[in-house]
Amino acid sequence: MHIVYELNHEIQEEIEKIQNHLLLEVKNLSLTIERFGKGWTREHLYVIRDFHLKIHHGEVVAIVGASGSGKSLLADAILGIHPKNSIVDGMIKYENKLLTEKRRKRLRGNDILLIPQMTNALDPLMKVGKQVKTLMKQKSYQKSVKQIFQKVGLDPAVYDQIPSACSGGMIRKVFIAMALASEAKLIIADEPTNGLDDESIEEMLFQLKMLAKDNRGVIMITHDLEAAMKIADKIAVFYAGETVEVVDKKHLKKGGKFRHPYSRALWNALPQNGFIAIDSSQPSATEKLTGCSFAKQCPKATKKCNMEKPLLKEIGHDEMVRCFYAGM
Amino acid sequence: MTKWLGASMLECKNIGFYYNRSSWLFRNIHLSIERGEIVGIYGKSGSGKTTLAKIMANYLSPMEGEVLVDGEKSNFSEVYPVQLIWQHPEQAINPKWKLSKIFEEAKELDQEILSILGIKEEWLNRRAHELSGGELQRFCIARAFHPDTRYIIADEITSMFDAITQAQIWHALIWLVKERNIGVLAISHQIPLLERISDRLVDFNQLKAVRTE
Repeated sequence: MHIVYELNHEIQEEIEKIQNHLLLEVKNLSLTIERFGKGWTREHLYVIRDFHLKIHHGEVVAIVGASGSGKSLLADAILGIHPKNSIVDGMIKYENKLLTEKRRKRLRGNDILLIPQMTNALDPLMKVGKQVKTLMKQKSYQKSVKQIFQKVGLDPAVYDQIPSACSGGMIRKVFIAMALASEAKLIIADEPTNGLDDESIEEMLFQLKMLAKDNRGVIMITHDLEAAMKIADKIAVFYAGETVEVVDKKHLKKGGKFRHPYSRALWNALPQNGFIAIDSSQPSATEKLTGCSFAKQCPKATKKCNMEKPLLKEIGHDEMVRCFYAGM
Repeated sequence: MTKWLGASMLECKNIGFYYNRSSWLFRNIHLSIERGEIVGIYGKSGSGKTTLAKIMANYLSPMEGEVLVDGEKSNFSEVYPVQLIWQHPEQAINPKWKLSKIFEEAKELDQEILSILGIKEEWLNRRAHELSGGELQRFCIARAFHPDTRYIIADEITSMFDAITQAQIWHALIWLVKERNIGVLAISHQIPLLERISDRLVDFNQLKAVRTE
């Protein structure tokens, strides 16, 4: 059994090498919300400041960040469904071609699929099975939908139920079934484990991994570092609208530590690793930052950190960190 | 002063509840929390933990059995001594009110709580949608600390938040609770968290299984 697994692993790595072209590349993405303040004044909210991401076929990338740091808007910005009063800037490439507005409209829902956070995102009046079926390209039969249902661990009887008769956990499974039924190559899951118990979380993570095994790319947006550690090949840590670190899981598995002080603080705050709380919260979106976004809370911050903004440095293969004193 | 003659604990005696007449959600639940003690309770989603929380905080009345606060049955004429903190703060706060009004909702609060919970003065002038969930949750905790509060039920209060926010909130809450000798029932599905914060752990499914027959 073990040998088979090892072999599979090797084959998979070979496949990975062959298909090593990028699925999605995001560079310098920013999202600014413009709104009216008192009177005629306008306020700018810098929700996403400088976001970078790379994802290959068959890879799971987790975006981990604080609650309220604009993670959900990130998914919206990539899909182009961000609020109307916001401005998105930066470069997004999908399969090595620039993602223009026109192309995005064509790809969204077909090639790129969002698994929403809200469980009320399904049509409340349509049978669940039918909703899954609408995503199938060819005129497939009911039978294949039921096969997919079996794959994700849903009772075939659920096919004829309406969403209000399903529990939250079941609806999440329906979302996964939809992703499997579609031919989407990139799946963005927004907080897929929120409010589930341990057993359901395990199941959910297993299913996301299954999607990646199908040679699709999975982006998992979450606040739960533990869940991210379990399945992600790469973890991108998101703080105050910026990517502060991208780390390969292999590095962590080898006993390596996170490189950015914020990621380390996040790690140390887990109940099983010390439960240490650093004080004060992240800078608000209205502030314009001159220095490092984490400088105020960082134990190692120097004058330089307050004056100058650190750039995202590449270290190793697809790993990045935004800190002058990374890894020290 | 009968209040102090009874045992100083929050007791559930023989509690049973159903939403649907045909099947009991749970029956014969016995649970007690002493003052100054933090009890952690865990169980599967959908097993009725939140319902039990609502019963203990007097949002629902049980179909059978009773909840005793320091040996007394509930009295509606005063501030209820058991306060519930919800999982989703944005749903538990009036979106049209400024947060200073939310804070005044529980009268006779002292300013000390603000600093312990890390609430900034400038937040008081804002409305709910301008703050993040973690920040709002601090207000929900603050307003639960009325001087008459003797017990607090914390229903998954940090499961929406990242690890740092979670640790911040619990450190502040534990400090306040120990200082004021308040009993806490902490509900969560994260066992490592409960092991950190609670004096005693209870498995809700076992609690249910013991005497359901």
